Amino acid sequence: MTHTFFIVFSYALTALVIAGLILRAVIDHRAQVRALAELESRGVGRRSRRG
Amino acid sequence: MLKGRYIVRMIRELANPTRFMSLSGTLLPWVTGLAMLLLGLGLYMIWFVAPADYQQGEMVKIMYIHVPAAWLSLFFYMIMASSALGTLVWRHPLADVSQKAAAPIGAAFTLICLVTGSLWGKPMWGTYWQWDARLTSMLVMLLIYLGILALWRAIEEPNRAARAVSILTLVGAVNVPIVKFSVDWWNTLHQPASVFRLGGPTIHPSMLVPLLVMALAFTFIGVALHLSGIRTEILRRRVRTLTILEAERLDAQAA
Repeated sequence: MTHTFFIVFSYALTALVIAGLILRAVIDHRAQVRALAELESRGVGRRSRRG
Repeated sequence: MLKGRYIVRMIRELANPTRFMSLSGTLLPWVTGLAMLLLGLGLYMIWFVAPADYQQGEMVKIMYIHVPAAWLSLFFYMIMASSALGTLVWRHPLADVSQKAAAPIGAAFTLICLVTGSLWGKPMWGTYWQWDARLTSMLVMLLIYLGILALWRAIEEPNRAARAVSILTLVGAVNVPIVKFSVDWWNTLHQPASVFRLGGPTIHPSMLVPLLVMALAFTFIGVALHLSGIRTEILRRRVRTLTILEAERLDAQAA
């Protein structure tokens, strides 16, 4: 295998792992915001605090 | 004296989750933007400016991601260890949350470090893996990160989980100096430090500058992910508290 293969593989894998971290962060954040909004719309919130 | 008191007050105000949410909300886009800029600059320097190494040839390009990933692996462990102290000693409300948000990021960078190192090792050393002190201690680092992630999932109640994880994190911190100094303490196939060493870096500026730019870019990406992770974790805890409150209210109504 050529050196190019190892270099491209390294960069692709790094990009994939970091993209995974970002995607996970965005999806998780959206899920929590939605859950909080649902709870508050049912009037559960003690105070309407939002971040 | 006055300044000291001001700093203490600042830290205390930051400890307030609501205050943290508004401050981090303003900070996050800037940190993310800076990360993207530095990453663009770093990649440009690596692919179009930096020379090939006289021994490694183009394989030196892997170093520009391998080395920053290794630094960040240790950096996030230090964040977790100091947050663990914050949890155990000061019961700092944000410390648990910071610990929990740092773990997956640190684990991911440790994985990047190990895999890119392995992909560099095959053509350069002739092997993907060698059980030398640096490589083995870094693998132990990944296992500690995975153990911490598993422990977070194993205990349901967040405060109890945080205390258990804190103890594991502080015990695991022994591995941080072992990773760093393994190349000095033992005879390793892995090369010794060439940037953070007494007597200054041994790398030529044409390669040192892109390496430092990439290290900064990775740091800002990591910090942005950490800030965002802390924010999500704060929201998750609010959701948890409100869900319990709702359940209690429904229980009271049914009774």
